[in-house]
Amino acid sequence: MAKTLGPVKRKFSPWDDPGAKPYIRFENVTKRFGDFTAVDDLSLDIYEREFFSLLGPSGCGKTTLMRMLAGFEEPTSGRILLDGKDLAGVPPYRRPVNMMFQSYALFPHMTVEGNIAFGLKQDGLPKPDIDARVKEMLKLVKLERFAQRKPHQLSGGQRQRVALARSLAKRPKVLLLDEPLGALDKKLREETQFELMDIQYELGLTFLIVTHDQEEAMTMSDRIAVMDLGKLVQVAPPAEIYELPNSRYVADFIGDINLIEGKIASAEGNRLRLACDGIGTSIEAEASGSGAAGETAWFAVRPEKVRISHDPPPEGTVNVLSGEVWDIGYLGDVSVYRVKLPNGAIVKSTLANVTRLVERPIGWDDKVYLTWPRDAGIVLTR
Amino acid sequence: MAEAAPAKGGPGWTRWLVVAVPYLWSLVFFLAPFFIILKISLSQTAIAMPPYLPVFDGLSTFWESVGELNFDNYVFLAEDSLYIRAYLSSLKIAAVSTLLLLLIGYPMAYSMARAPKSVRPMLVMLVILPFWTSFLIRVYAWIGILKPEGLITVFLQWLGIYGPEDQLRVFNTETAVYIGIVYSYLPFMVLPLYSALEKLDMTLLEAASDLGCPPVKSFWVITFPLSLPGVIAGSFLCFIPIVGEFVIPDLLGGSSTLMIGKTLWSEFFSNRDWPLSSAVAVILLALLVVPIVIFQNYQKRI
Ligand SMILES: Nc1ncnc2c1ncn2[C@@H]1O[C@H](COP(=O)(O)OP(=O)(O)OP(=O)(O)O)[C@@H](O)[C@H]1O
Ligand SMILES: [Mg+2]
Repeated sequence: MAKTLGPVKRKFSPWDDPGAKPYIRFENVTKRFGDFTAVDDLSLDIYEREFFSLLGPSGCGKTTLMRMLAGFEEPTSGRILLDGKDLAGVPPYRRPVNMMFQSYALFPHMTVEGNIAFGLKQDGLPKPDIDARVKEMLKLVKLERFAQRKPHQLSGGQRQRVALARSLAKRPKVLLLDEPLGALDKKLREETQFELMDIQYELGLTFLIVTHDQEEAMTMSDRIAVMDLGKLVQVAPPAEIYELPNSRYVADFIGDINLIEGKIASAEGNRLRLACDGIGTSIEAEASGSGAAGETAWFAVRPEKVRISHDPPPEGTVNVLSGEVWDIGYLGDVSVYRVKLPNGAIVKSTLANVTRLVERPIGWDDKVYLTWPRDAGIVLTR
Repeated sequence: MAEAAPAKGGPGWTRWLVVAVPYLWSLVFFLAPFFIILKISLSQTAIAMPPYLPVFDGLSTFWESVGELNFDNYVFLAEDSLYIRAYLSSLKIAAVSTLLLLLIGYPMAYSMARAPKSVRPMLVMLVILPFWTSFLIRVYAWIGILKPEGLITVFLQWLGIYGPEDQLRVFNTETAVYIGIVYSYLPFMVLPLYSALEKLDMTLLEAASDLGCPPVKSFWVITFPLSLPGVIAGSFLCFIPIVGEFVIPDLLGGSSTLMIGKTLWSEFFSNRDWPLSSAVAVILLALLVVPIVIFQNYQKRI
């Protein structure tokens, strides 16, 4: 799961700086279609040169948010500011914002080249400059050989790349990418991800990207926003979203997680004990802010942080569960073990496949012990 | 590859049948009548029933008949400037009317295609609605509207714009013919334009706007080029029948309008010169084949 972030990953965190001025600001923005609320009283600051990702289930309002920024929809209430200026009433063709459409919206009567050059022509750039930029874009998306094709003569992934190239060609101050890489194969997608990051870094652009691929969001973003039902649930850098989710919703949405329900039995200092009737034992964890004794809470721990072994851990170890291996999912780099506790609950644990196993170290129906240190998981109260 | 080979038996001949039906149709209802007309046009007038000398009647005398072929009618048409002027005038009237139809029909179709989805079927109904009355009656109605003592004159007099002696002088002019043609053919222009414009993906205009193209310009670089198939279809659907139009110039244009359809009618019914009028028809067809071929080529390119 964890990926290297590349050598150029910069130290960049203007959101922690109270003096920093946001570049894009959504102020209590609400968008209703009829009586359906697509975006619900949403406030968000995005900073210049930030690579910002929007994650969330289908229909949660991601595209709507982008369309409001691009100028295709007016907010029902609230304001959108760009570089301190209210965007209300500014038509899309006057906004320094370009959008790559989820449906691509390529011009069917123009060639690939014509599509990419379209925005540049609107700016009245001299022809040699346009040609040079188009060439550069074609190279970036690896479509040099297809410059003279019409969109209907391209595959889905090729079309997506044309759309990406077209939106990038103008090098807008803000680029909105609505699922830009979804139709590409994994290898091409990873290459393009790094190309995008390079472009964004070199040209100092601000990117707002929607993706359904969590790995992609983790790799590329400075910050990730998790959305649900038109609201932001959490906005934080990738590692924080992953390690310190603020709710069960985020914990569950990003990556894989074990959620165990319980009642807070005691909270002393930074130590917290959670009585979990469901699994017949109590869990020792570190306190994370809220949560008083007696409250219902959930313990969340990522499967890769749960150790699995045949041998019982030494006496005095905290957080030990025992059960039987119920199912093994082989994913190549790791295997996911689903362990069934005596009461029927399932706890997942992943193990890196460090050797080319002929015989698995742990097999089906084996009796195993699961343990994790006190600081491996987090206690969530919502 | 093996699996690409067509299946034998059933599907083969049904497909053949499907292709054959339209061909048979045009063979029976177009090609055969056309050859009869062609044959008559190469004959000579006679006081008889039918009123022309027979040629090509029976295969046994085929070769003798070739010798009897008579191109007099075509020579006559080429020499008499009346016919040439009638052809040219018809082509001009058709071209100008088609242009007018485009200018009026395009905005109509455009606003129909941009109307809320729920009212679009009703708008289409309204465009087709005139077809519920006979074409002839509708053209007759225009006489009542346009004639010197007609509705418009009465209305303008009532408004006080016209004095009691003033009268509208449009009836029996080319203007009246244009009015009648534009009115009658408008649905044939609007419907193909509407179907082309309605298919247009609105996100394309958003994309253009996003890339810095203001709305008026994006009409010319996106909407119009993408509606060209509709423009072409509508134009041909109007231009071709207008060239041969007979009823409208006859009823509204009086003697001042020269159109080939009217000439043909008078040659056929008044002069009973079947061979000459057939020659007129054959040349008219030949003239119309040119735009049809252009249209065909255009469609192939798309
Ligand atoms: N023009 C519209 N009229 C009515 N409802 C709309 C309109 N546009 C969007 N919606 C609704 O608003 C909600 C949010 O739509 P949006 O396109 O923003 O979702 P999304 O988060 O981009 O989803 P996906 O991941 O599937 O693209 C959806 O429930 C959708 O049905
Ligand atoms: Mg979307």
